Amino acid sequence: MNMLVCVKQVPDTTEIKIDPVKNTLIREGVPSILNPFDGYALEAAARIKDKNPDSTITVISMGPEQAKAVLKEALAIAADKAYLVSSREFGGSDTLCTSYILSEAIKEIEKKDGKFDIIFCGKQAIDGDTAQVGPEIAEHLDYPQVTYGLEASVEDRLVKVKKETEDGAVIVGIQTPCVLTFTKPSFDPRYPTIKRKMAANRANIPVLAFTDLPDINPEKIGLKHSPTHVKKTFVPQKKTGGIKIQEETAEDSVKKLFAMLSDAHVL
Amino acid sequence: MDFRQDEEHKELQEMYRDFAENEVKPLAAEIDKTERFPQETVDKMAEMGLMGIPFPEEYGGAGMDNLSYAQCVEELSKVCASTGVIVSAHTSLCATPIYLFGTEEQKQKYLVPLARGEKIGAFGLTEPGAGTDASGQKTTAVLEGDHYVLNGSKVFITNAGPAEIYIVMAMTDKEKGNHGISSFIVEKGFPGFSVGKHEDKMGIRASSTCELVFENCIVPKENLLGEEGKGFKIAMMTLDGGRIGIASQALGIAQGAINETVEYVKTRVQFGKRLSQFQNTQFELADMQATVDAARLLVYRAACAKDNHEPYSHLAAMAKLVASEAASDVTRRCLQLFGGYGYTKDYPMERMMRDAKITEIYEGTSEVQKMVIASWMGVK
Repeated sequence: MNMLVCVKQVPDTTEIKIDPVKNTLIREGVPSILNPFDGYALEAAARIKDKNPDSTITVISMGPEQAKAVLKEALAIAADKAYLVSSREFGGSDTLCTSYILSEAIKEIEKKDGKFDIIFCGKQAIDGDTAQVGPEIAEHLDYPQVTYGLEASVEDRLVKVKKETEDGAVIVGIQTPCVLTFTKPSFDPRYPTIKRKMAANRANIPVLAFTDLPDINPEKIGLKHSPTHVKKTFVPQKKTGGIKIQEETAEDSVKKLFAMLSDAHVL
Repeated sequence: MDFRQDEEHKELQEMYRDFAENEVKPLAAEIDKTERFPQETVDKMAEMGLMGIPFPEEYGGAGMDNLSYAQCVEELSKVCASTGVIVSAHTSLCATPIYLFGTEEQKQKYLVPLARGEKIGAFGLTEPGAGTDASGQKTTAVLEGDHYVLNGSKVFITNAGPAEIYIVMAMTDKEKGNHGISSFIVEKGFPGFSVGKHEDKMGIRASSTCELVFENCIVPKENLLGEEGKGFKIAMMTLDGGRIGIASQALGIAQGAINETVEYVKTRVQFGKRLSQFQNTQFELADMQATVDAARLLVYRAACAKDNHEPYSHLAAMAKLVASEAASDVTRRCLQLFGGYGYTKDYPMERMMRDAKITEIYEGTSEVQKMVIASWMGVK
């Protein structure tokens, strides 16, 4: 299996604090991490490689030079090769332009490394939360896709994907080449090993710039050609958790509710 | 002189920290309470290469150095001192002497599975009547044809029970005193070898500490480690290295206690102020952090000296002396800042304080470290 995993470097949103006066996000000093959903996608690919050791896992990311850090992290965990897609011309791209640039970069890499059988993505990035880039890559490449994957396995050329649904999970069969997006599974992704970590540190990561993609249409990239316009960003109002009263009988529940309301001086 | 850490060590230390926070910390209180050896953690560490950090890849190791190994024990011990000592005893006391003194066959047979973490190692020197005075060994080994017969017992052996490979010291020639001690590699299943009483300890309760019993134990001749009569020297050189591991454990406990306390004092309010706003809190924590950083420099210096093949016996002794005393002192003072809550098992401080004490005792008491340092200074 020749597998590609698309990853993104995101701010660690669990570390983000909100400026109480301006009500905006304080981004300074927030560490950058590998988007967790992309980590689950990488683990899904690694599990296929565990069973098919002659497989190759390539990782790709679009972003500034610093994004090499997450590519190195992916190399330390499970990937064999990494590419960074980075160019001034790509700056300000929305999801549509980003997915187009990535699909063009994928075609360019395939010229050298051969066709990818499966393209893995996280279901969404924890910063933008759009969940659009993965499905859009599938559309640009005209590949079938399965979203909200939990795990995947390969039998002959058929990929079996366990897909999360509203009320459980279904197993979907899909032919290669295809695009799969992943959500949080019940298992934790593996840790890097010391040996892989050291090798990843020394890895030379090639950069694909605008000029390296001869077939790309310059009218479909960058801020100017992005159809998405951000009108406003705001911090959603924080919801406080409610209290669930569920006593053995309805009568007891009413009594408890009454006592609580009375204690709170509502009644 | 350069006190900056290079990228490789820094990134590996972050990896150890990440693993410790996510996989080790959540178990720490439970395994302390139930005295449970965390085999599942050992399996994960083996997978990552943490059970053989300073050994070459050809022997199953990760191909890193003693500094990185020390930093791994430090990070583990910040959240769980038991897990820290499991790695330390395994690496420093069992795998290291085989790496340094073993034959190629012994390395292939024993070091490879140890470094890969497939088997856990332990080290048996201490006896009921031979603690700090390790030369008073009563365990004997008599050569009979193609094997030695061992008789006697060892006490307070870290990792005993889960360990499958043991380095054991025994007298092969009583007449020669220290020069009559030899060291052996003993497998768990050798006839006549059994693991005895499990110690019920004050701290590091998830680390298994037991007695080893040898009753006409048959050890093949080829399992003699080094030469006959060189056992005491092997043991002392092993303990020199082990002290870097225990110093790292102590350093981790102390820093872990400070980290927990810094978070606590920022939220605990008394007299209408956060504890962190009181100057007493600030001065206490500043003082402790300065002490712990001083200890860290000593520990890293000793590890670097070992990596550079420089004499490090006195450096390891200084590191262990200062770091272990810092651990006891810092955990006690941190618990004081926690107040009554620190005395309960709802917070990790009481566990850290119990765990800290042993670092002043095992692998050479603080007094032994002072003997080593004074001797190096020529004060006799």
